[in-house]
Amino acid sequence: MSLDSATVRRIAALARIRVEDDELPRVQAEINGILGWIEQLQAVNTEGVEPMSGGSPVGQAQARLRPDAVTDGDRAEQVLANAPDRMGAWFGVPKVVE
Amino acid sequence: MHPTDFTLAGALAALEEGAISSVELTQAHLDGIAKLNPRINAYITVTAEKALAQAAESDARRKRGDARALEGIPLAIKDLFCTAGTETTAGSRILKGFVPPYESTVSQKLLDDGAVFLGKANLDEFAMGSSNTTSAAGPVENPWSRANDPDTRLVPGGSSGGSAAAVAARMALGATATDTGGSIRQPAAFCGIAGIKPTYGRCSRFGVVAFASSLDQAGPVARTVEDCALLLKSMSGYDPKDSTSADMPVPDFAAACRRGVKGLRIGVPKEYRLDGLAPEIAALWDQGLAWLREQGAEMVEISLPHTKYALPTYYIVAPAEASSNLARYDGVRFGSRVTEPGSDLRDLYERTRAAGFGQEVKRRIMIGTYVLSAGYYDAYYLKAQKIRALIRRDFEEAFRTVDAIVTPATPSAAFGMDEKQDDPVTMYLNDVFTVTANLAGLPGLAVPAGLDGQGLPLGLQVIGRAFDEESVFAVGRAIEQAAGFTALPGLRAGA
Repeated sequence: MSLDSATVRRIAALARIRVEDDELPRVQAEINGILGWIEQLQAVNTEGVEPMSGGSPVGQAQARLRPDAVTDGDRAEQVLANAPDRMGAWFGVPKVVE
Repeated sequence: MHPTDFTLAGALAALEEGAISSVELTQAHLDGIAKLNPRINAYITVTAEKALAQAAESDARRKRGDARALEGIPLAIKDLFCTAGTETTAGSRILKGFVPPYESTVSQKLLDDGAVFLGKANLDEFAMGSSNTTSAAGPVENPWSRANDPDTRLVPGGSSGGSAAAVAARMALGATATDTGGSIRQPAAFCGIAGIKPTYGRCSRFGVVAFASSLDQAGPVARTVEDCALLLKSMSGYDPKDSTSADMPVPDFAAACRRGVKGLRIGVPKEYRLDGLAPEIAALWDQGLAWLREQGAEMVEISLPHTKYALPTYYIVAPAEASSNLARYDGVRFGSRVTEPGSDLRDLYERTRAAGFGQEVKRRIMIGTYVLSAGYYDAYYLKAQKIRALIRRDFEEAFRTVDAIVTPATPSAAFGMDEKQDDPVTMYLNDVFTVTANLAGLPGLAVPAGLDGQGLPLGLQVIGRAFDEESVFAVGRAIEQAAGFTALPGLRAGA
């Protein structure tokens, strides 16, 4: 199955990546090339197969529950230290609400 | 002997005997970096002053009789591991200038064991690539070159290309690396060194910039199998900060290297004899099996029937997870920001991400977004998760009858920087032998085993049962010993 340019635009918008008009044909061709190659998976019979989620190999212990307790915090300075537009104790962004 | 010619184990012995100090060892590696890095570009950041201070402290500690497991050993740290106070870029423009306020668990463990950090190693952007040509810091050059064509600059493999090139060129005694589809093993094979991706969960992922969380694992690259064992021992262990890290005892991997392979059953997967497999690779594989047979192991043909679906499965699962993980780069909390006058918040996101990410990263984010989008999730992502379960089951069946599996590490030797760049899928095929271990969560080690007709290194891969890195090390060491791989790259410190 091949994606048309409107679908590629929609995906780029969902991914919050700006794609310029002159890039679109190349991006579309590359994505379609990859999706075409992936298409071979439809031939595999997966009837009744439980999907594997997470990366744990067979036989590994299940993830444990930890106590529901605060173990970290009060690090506002560190959290803000790399902000591209810090405004006092906040992250600055363009005006969202009029 | 030049100080950069030590193995890691050899350097530890020399430090212990007082034959060399950590300051001398560190300075020799820094001199090598100063001379070679302008060409090889294996390091994005060199922390010379910090390294020498750490080394001096380490020498003092050894003098007091307090030496730890890796006391005074100079290492390179892949620039995907967050290092407190030292810029960490993941090879991306979007993280330019990012200085983590915290240390990754793996690098902290190495510091706790006395290691000295020389700097941050180059990599494919966000660890996405097999050639280290997608880094915002520029490509890394493989220190090896073709005997009959020395002017063609070769790739070191990827994504841990800087780590592998630094170790091969003797600009570090070892390095941290990460492997999501082959990013430790393929560059190790291309650069003629050893590298292991341990079992998923063996090393904590805390503080490692995330690519595909169900596949990412940290591991070491070094010049010998034993050196990898020493590093992995320090890097491993349960970490409450990573819910997928395994609460398992960490064995003495170096001791396992000396076990031998007598009586071990070695699986030889028939599906890995790909159509068109290079004759040199097939011959090296046969040679490796013969070496193991001579040392008392038994070869068993096995079948891993879903092998051919592994790469396309990976190229659904990994981009899907990447699209989710990389959503955090929004130009608001950290990293770079790009806006135009009048940009609203959405425009800020879109411009920041368009300018901050490279082509391959954007491609994968968009593929991942598509396969997770409403209406396509079942057809792509869920289907891939089911095939992943079948691939894992293939291995489970095989490991009922064998103790380890031996395959080629890569389908070719290192290629030229301008080769294989036209079509993303051609580049993806580099990981055909390595990606299955990531999907199944199993340990895989690459070990240098010979040279091709042009004098370039070729590697073999050993895959083991979950949490049985010990057998992997035993088999890897047996191959290494039989191969007697002593060839050296043309570009190296102390040469």
